[in-house]
Amino acid sequence: MSLFKRYILPRIIQWIVVIFVGTTVVFLVPRLSPMDPVQTTLSSMSSLGMANPEAIRQMEEVLMDLYGLRGTLLQQYLRFWSYLLKGDLGPSLVMFPAPVISVIGTAMPWTIGLMLVSTILAWLLGIALGTLTGYFADKTWAKILDAVIMCIYPIPNYIMALMLLFLFAYTFPLFPFSGAAGIGIKPGFNRVFIGSVLKHGFLPALSMILITTGWRFISQRALVTNVIGSDHVQYAELAALPRRKIMLNYVFRDTLLPQTTDLALSLGSIFGGALITEFVFSYPGLGQILYTAILQGDFNVIVGVSIFSIVGIATAALLIDLLYPLLDPRVRYH
Amino acid sequence: MVIIRDLFLFDMRFRIGFIILICLFLLVGLSFCSPYEQTARRVVPRNRTPSSKHWLGTNSLGQDIFWQLTFAVRNSLLIGLISTAVSRIIAVMNGMVSGYLGGPVDRVLSTITDSFVVIPRLPLLILVSFVFRGGLNIITTALLLGFLDWAWPSKRYRAQILSLREREFTNTAVYCGMNTLKVIGKQHFPFLISYLLADLISGFLWALGMEITLSVLGLSNLTTPTIGTMIYWANYYQAMLLGTWWWLAPPVIASILAILSFYLLSVSISQFLDPRTRIQHLSIGG
Amino acid sequence: MTLLEAKDLKAYYITKSYGIERTVHAVDDISLDVNTDEILGIAGESGCGKSTLLRVMFGIIRPPLQLIHGTVAYRSGDRSLDLLSLTDDEYRQIRWKELSYIPQGSMSVLNPLRRVRKTFWDFIDTHRPNTTRREFEDLVTGHLSDLGLPAEVLDAFPHQLSGGMRQRVTIALATILKPRLIFADEPTTALDVIVQSGVIDLLRRIQAEARNSLVIVTHDMGIHANLADRIAIMYAGQIIEEAPAKQIFGNPQHPYTKYLIHSLPRIGDKSHRISSPGRPPSLMVPPKGCRFRDRCEQKRRICREERPLLVSIGENHKVACFLAVKEGAHAS
Repeated sequence: MSLFKRYILPRIIQWIVVIFVGTTVVFLVPRLSPMDPVQTTLSSMSSLGMANPEAIRQMEEVLMDLYGLRGTLLQQYLRFWSYLLKGDLGPSLVMFPAPVISVIGTAMPWTIGLMLVSTILAWLLGIALGTLTGYFADKTWAKILDAVIMCIYPIPNYIMALMLLFLFAYTFPLFPFSGAAGIGIKPGFNRVFIGSVLKHGFLPALSMILITTGWRFISQRALVTNVIGSDHVQYAELAALPRRKIMLNYVFRDTLLPQTTDLALSLGSIFGGALITEFVFSYPGLGQILYTAILQGDFNVIVGVSIFSIVGIATAALLIDLLYPLLDPRVRYH
Repeated sequence: MVIIRDLFLFDMRFRIGFIILICLFLLVGLSFCSPYEQTARRVVPRNRTPSSKHWLGTNSLGQDIFWQLTFAVRNSLLIGLISTAVSRIIAVMNGMVSGYLGGPVDRVLSTITDSFVVIPRLPLLILVSFVFRGGLNIITTALLLGFLDWAWPSKRYRAQILSLREREFTNTAVYCGMNTLKVIGKQHFPFLISYLLADLISGFLWALGMEITLSVLGLSNLTTPTIGTMIYWANYYQAMLLGTWWWLAPPVIASILAILSFYLLSVSISQFLDPRTRIQHLSIGG
Repeated sequence: MTLLEAKDLKAYYITKSYGIERTVHAVDDISLDVNTDEILGIAGESGCGKSTLLRVMFGIIRPPLQLIHGTVAYRSGDRSLDLLSLTDDEYRQIRWKELSYIPQGSMSVLNPLRRVRKTFWDFIDTHRPNTTRREFEDLVTGHLSDLGLPAEVLDAFPHQLSGGMRQRVTIALATILKPRLIFADEPTTALDVIVQSGVIDLLRRIQAEARNSLVIVTHDMGIHANLADRIAIMYAGQIIEEAPAKQIFGNPQHPYTKYLIHSLPRIGDKSHRISSPGRPPSLMVPPKGCRFRDRCEQKRRICREERPLLVSIGENHKVACFLAVKEGAHAS
């Protein structure tokens, strides 16, 4: 009881406050923008030949309702929450009658698949390489690897994606230019579909892995260098423990804690999508949807995707806070 | 001065980083002697390969790429520096106040910070730039980036300060009658500086990356040459497919070199300043 | 019988940073023997090179420390091994099984994220690869109860143990394989007095039972008085006096040794403690001649010009001082 009161409850309250504040900001920003989605829609409709002023007026009413723009900002805000708590994010403008939830639902599997795989692979790769080069820092291969990664690390996300696209889709056409699966292939659990998904996902995933591995590598190497200097690692060396054992049981084990919490945060941020990568490879994930939504002023979708991303990160942070004491014997709940 | 000389002579990383930095600043300096206006188009023949007259060739817009690059480096560095300065000043202040005062002040500030951490920055950034499309100049872009990037570092500074505050030497210093400001300045700052340097680099990296992102999405002021807009126009005219590599390569290489240089300098300087390595230099206990 | 024979050791810290080379003559021409079944104490004030000497005698020399000259001959069975010229792999064979080390600041040498049992397992499994779980449990619990430690410490994380308990666990870890020679570097610093005496008792008991050898480095003459059979006094990178403990305390010859002894409090003694004025010379540029001369009240001209060598002035009593040699010569 007291553990719940002193440790768990404040963190859950903080989680709620954070999501509340974040969502509010996301609610406000599009409404403060000078774009009027209703007028945009109406003008695009009238250009299609709907000229009846009465019909347009009715349409405007309907649209105001759909976008939750009726009444004062406060009324809108309250209505927004009452719908949101029922899981209703309203309809999308671009794919009109489709509700935002289902738009997000179609994009979500692609984004999650792409980012889950690349985040985890990059994490493993970065940690493995970082540990090895950190522990065997005076070896020649470690220095070479270090220099190579140092040069890959600063390449901007966009350029990396573009270079891969140019190299492996244009110069050597090994992989498709865009999309997430071949056109006309029926989704299903069969070899053709899965093969096509893997082929389409390879370059986007590779570009994300190359970018994030560099960062993980640097942080892991710094952690390893720190741990190597600590007394208990020095003592294990003194006692002639095999180097492999020291590296795994002592050095690696010590760095695992901060890296695990960091992985959790990265996983939490998956729900925002990988905007740039998805943009370059025309990958139909959340980032792509968000980008088109912003360009077209579809702010039900903007708000929806942003809320997913907020809840994802906030929940990851909450889980870390709650699980950390279980992972680190030195930290107690207090 | 002596420190720079020593670092230059005896640290390979510093030497490389420093030389790249000098080259970049040389480009920035040269931008002020450019024969062309930075936004001018159709001032030279189009699509020329690099030659003695146009060192890096010319592009499809009729601009000399070398002189464009000097402007782009100047503007992008400016964006990176201002944005990093803004975000880190907010972050350090917020982290210090939170970490040292603690209590209710800390709780309020931390909750605000945490809320900002979870707000997705890229969508917000794209939204704001979309709204002001074209209306953002170098300075406002930099400020916007700066105001979006303080929350994470601020959390980390707070954590650093909390851990420093717990250490024994803080109590020793306090019992010896040092006042708080002195403890922060003399005892804690040396520990923070290497972290600060690494963090400045990551801030710079983020700002540079975001500038490129906004530009390639076509959301920044595309007439002002920056590393991002150079890439945008090169792509717009299909530089990669047409094989006009001299158009696309310079901004890409410049951005990589800039970040590499800052990274090397920060690693080298923080090693030099690290109190722990410095203690090793000065005395060896028996 | 001699177990370990260190000869003409010179080991310097050589650092080069940003073009400035520094050499610290931490161990400067030292010869010292360790006999079987004895406790050898090495005393001296901080910064005199005593910990460095211990490391060199243990045969672990890592940069920036460099061996300039000397050998450390260790008698293993009927072979004699030079610890300083063994390859890393060769030395791994006997480390911990025959020679072990209790490091300075050993409060933090236990892996904070592993239970104590796992650390013991790591150490034993390394040196006796075919130990079964069963044998391991018997060995460890037996050893702990020999040392009077509760078996529960095995299930604890290091941070759950008190400083004194952690120190004892470290000592248990260093002695679990019954080494013939144990090096201990300041094993009682940072412990309070009561705990200190417990740790000293523990060390004495281990030595008395196993009849092995213990080399202990500490600045605390009180501990030496309690524990050591033989004591070597170090000053500025050199040994200036070496004798059985009784001789050192009863009949100190070197003026520096006398200072060290007089600095010890005695019950009922109300006289003012004299401490030696001044500070030891810098080990970066050690002076010619006797290194103690600037603090010595009886210095002669020869002390400036010549270095006094460590010479025998009686049975097992060696001293490096012109004065003492003269007096000793008179006495004999």
